Amino acid sequence: MDFKGFDHPGGPDAGGTRSVKVMIAGGFGTGKTTMVRSVSDIKPLTTEETLTQASADVDHLIGVADKTQTTVSLDFGKIGINEQLVLYLFGTPGQERFWFLWNGLFKGALGAVVLVDTRRLASSFRAIEEMERQNVPFVIALNVFPDSQQHPIEEIRDALDISPHTPIVACDARDRASSRDVLVALIRHLKDRSAVALEPR
Amino acid sequence: MSAPRRPTDPSGLERYYVLTGGRSGPGGSASSLDVATLIVSRTAPEPGMQHEHEEILRRCRDPLSVAELGAHLGLPFNILAVLLADLLEAGRVEARDPIPAHEAGRGPDLALLEEVLSGLQRL
Repeated sequence: MDFKGFDHPGGPDAGGTRSVKVMIAGGFGTGKTTMVRSVSDIKPLTTEETLTQASADVDHLIGVADKTQTTVSLDFGKIGINEQLVLYLFGTPGQERFWFLWNGLFKGALGAVVLVDTRRLASSFRAIEEMERQNVPFVIALNVFPDSQQHPIEEIRDALDISPHTPIVACDARDRASSRDVLVALIRHLKDRSAVALEPR
Repeated sequence: MSAPRRPTDPSGLERYYVLTGGRSGPGGSASSLDVATLIVSRTAPEPGMQHEHEEILRRCRDPLSVAELGAHLGLPFNILAVLLADLLEAGRVEARDPIPAHEAGRGPDLALLEEVLSGLQRL
């Protein structure tokens, strides 16, 4: 059998490949999974967490098969940035109230895209609040559905009560290039923030 | 993105119980595992190993995220984390956490962001 990489754990094979993660958030039906699917290099996969294990108590028996087992799923995809770096995209579960149960869901993320359906602005309020509460830098992506009306972005900024520093971009989550552009907008936003943070005070 | 639901396989819990020896969460080095943590095998599978351990070593010859591993093996995150803790403690795998957004209170490294940006622009 070929066990390439085993003899050279630090070598170019297994390499020093590292990962970064970006979260795709937003209300139910705003196109999170669609965006993950359109921009991912792989067919999107689903990973799960069973929520009764939120407390990591080693002695607690998980075999107690009662009604309290709930499963929350994360759809995810990945983009090969270069040979040494992989970007993972995670679509957050539809019900924001479960986010806090998934320990560290947003921890370690570079940032997040919050998808907004302009026909139902309110459906993304919780997601925006959660980003602000957890101090996750984000951009707003208005997913333009065929029957969406055109709204001036500043009107939407007011309606969502978004700070002037947070970019708002329009996109079509079904389109790879358009979704890619949203990610580009997010990374540019992160760069701007970093540049500001590095300036001497 | 699907709604929380009861496990579809009623025998799933018993399976998990057997797989983990009844442990519900990882301790030590595995407790910081993230869905985007990359797992890389450091040793080849050996005869007599627990099937799932063997499977993890086989699949992680090239770095693979915890999320991908969970999806391929059909295991929820917390169960997989217990299995990974065993392998980490035995030095059979290496775990590389995602490059964090904030190190020492600063924003992400500009060079890293530049790298991500040029990768995205090539898509």
